[in-house]
Amino acid sequence: MDKLDSAIQTIHQMEDMAEENRFFCHIHPLAKVLVTLWYLVLVMSFDTYNLIGLAGMSLYLIILFVVGEVSVKTAFRRLRLLFFGIFLLGAANVIFDREVLFRLHGFAVTGGMLSMLSLFLKAGFAVLAAYLLMAGTTVNGMCHALRIMHVPGILVTLVLLIYRYLVLMLKEAARMRQAYLLRAPGQKGVQMRAWGSFAGQMLLRSMERAEQVFDSMTLRGFQGEFPFLKRRWRMRTSIVYAVSWGIALFVLRKFPIFYIAGGLL
Amino acid sequence: MHMADALVNPAVAGTMYVCSAALAGYSIKKVKMEDEPKKIAAMGVMGAFVFAAQMINFTIPGTGSSGHLCGSMLLTGILGPYAGFLTMTGVLLIQCLLFADGGLLALGCNIWNMAAYGCFAGGLLIWKQVMKKGVTRKKIISTSIAACIVSLQLGAFSVTLQTLFSGITELPFGVFAAAMQPIHLAIGLVEGMITAAVLVFVYEARPEMLWTGNIMECAPKERMSFRKVLAVLAAVAAVTAGGLSLFASQYPDGLEWSVERVAGSTELEAEGSIYKTAGQVQDKTALLPDYALPDDDSAAGTAVSGLAGCVIVVAVCTAVCYAFRFFRRKEQHG
Repeated sequence: MDKLDSAIQTIHQMEDMAEENRFFCHIHPLAKVLVTLWYLVLVMSFDTYNLIGLAGMSLYLIILFVVGEVSVKTAFRRLRLLFFGIFLLGAANVIFDREVLFRLHGFAVTGGMLSMLSLFLKAGFAVLAAYLLMAGTTVNGMCHALRIMHVPGILVTLVLLIYRYLVLMLKEAARMRQAYLLRAPGQKGVQMRAWGSFAGQMLLRSMERAEQVFDSMTLRGFQGEFPFLKRRWRMRTSIVYAVSWGIALFVLRKFPIFYIAGGLL
Repeated sequence: MHMADALVNPAVAGTMYVCSAALAGYSIKKVKMEDEPKKIAAMGVMGAFVFAAQMINFTIPGTGSSGHLCGSMLLTGILGPYAGFLTMTGVLLIQCLLFADGGLLALGCNIWNMAAYGCFAGGLLIWKQVMKKGVTRKKIISTSIAACIVSLQLGAFSVTLQTLFSGITELPFGVFAAAMQPIHLAIGLVEGMITAAVLVFVYEARPEMLWTGNIMECAPKERMSFRKVLAVLAAVAAVTAGGLSLFASQYPDGLEWSVERVAGSTELEAEGSIYKTAGQVQDKTALLPDYALPDDDSAAGTAVSGLAGCVIVVAVCTAVCYAFRFFRRKEQHG
């Protein structure tokens, strides 16, 4: 699957997930955004070598994945490419930081090793937290939350417009690509000599569609800002969600829960 | 050049959020002063175009590296620096949320590195100064390339600085920068050529659509309506997304390539002072004190104890969550 198909699939998957009738989807977007940001700040504030403490923050993700009924498999697919870049930076740490911090059965554990693992955990946690946020929140919902946070209307409208145009264009491009591949079996992509005609066709077709979209928006009374449909969020649950997670995450950050639990053994 | 959350600490991330928000606030004020209702549609289409273009990594011959389009200069050439900056902000937000391209916490950094330099350094300081005396094809091509190179160089340097101040990597600053800058020079050149091609197309179709900082001197040619040009730009976005994506490079991008190249060398030596400073900043900005691991046996024991605790707590929490889900489902069905 190429990037184009993958992008379309990702958008549809996220939209479908966010609109499902799950507990997590009924929480107000603002509560979810605030909790996610709080979580990210706390995770990134951990010291490089505090791996156990950092691992404690995984509880947030585990609980949301299980209670929110979100697919772990799909989420982990997102981490593949990210981990490649992080691995390169982490590998540099292993090379440059060779100070032995402690030994496990004779195996010397260096600062570079810990900092590399720490980078992996932080990167993974951050991506999964953002994924969980979007798995239960539509782009409309996110924009609604941004408006409540007093992000200017022009910026929010812009995000919604880009999102709408993008889906349209990706679908159009995918149809044309499929038509080309059916006429040119066995080819991996569009040959250079066909670029002109391929691009020209796509351009004409997209022009028609883009004009239709723009006209329909105008006809439906678009005056520079999209109105947000008022959805019945579970307000009380949302407040409890935000407050309880705010406190729980702080406790996880402040107290070495895992060390305490390990000490009980 | 998208930075992940793991590459920045909260202090750096917060600072860059504030800087980017200040620029966004100023840009909104400027766009509102222009009072062009149609512009928002143009911004939406152009944003989708840049989004599509950024899905592609361009292979740079001879280096084994590739980079993707940073469309801030392109947006500035059409919409002006302020609207261009806001559009890029929107694009980066969507990329971050839907495609995990760049972190949510690092969004301020990414806006600064990929939008601010292109729109303000490339757009205001280079593009505007050259174009205010009249627009020609040659000027568009040379200015686009120059502005893209400058903005990418500044962006790459910022990535290096932000990573350094976050204290994330052990890479020496000089080595990291020396690896980042040349590769982004090549990427800037590629980006400049693509930007120039699109801007020349717009110049041919509707020259008055180009932003020059003042009223265009050349006579407008009634070849296409405003709406049609918007549609063409939208179509170009679709072409870029659909057609060229088929040829998207599988190679790592410039940042990854730079790090790989540096990490592969074993002759490099770490410079200590700047890391100490970064460490002190990290210590002061950390919300709470952390637990150090000294080089002795008790430290290993503590680590094992912590690890065991970790397994227990995670197992208990997961079991409780599944139990919660089981009883909730039962309640719903019953």
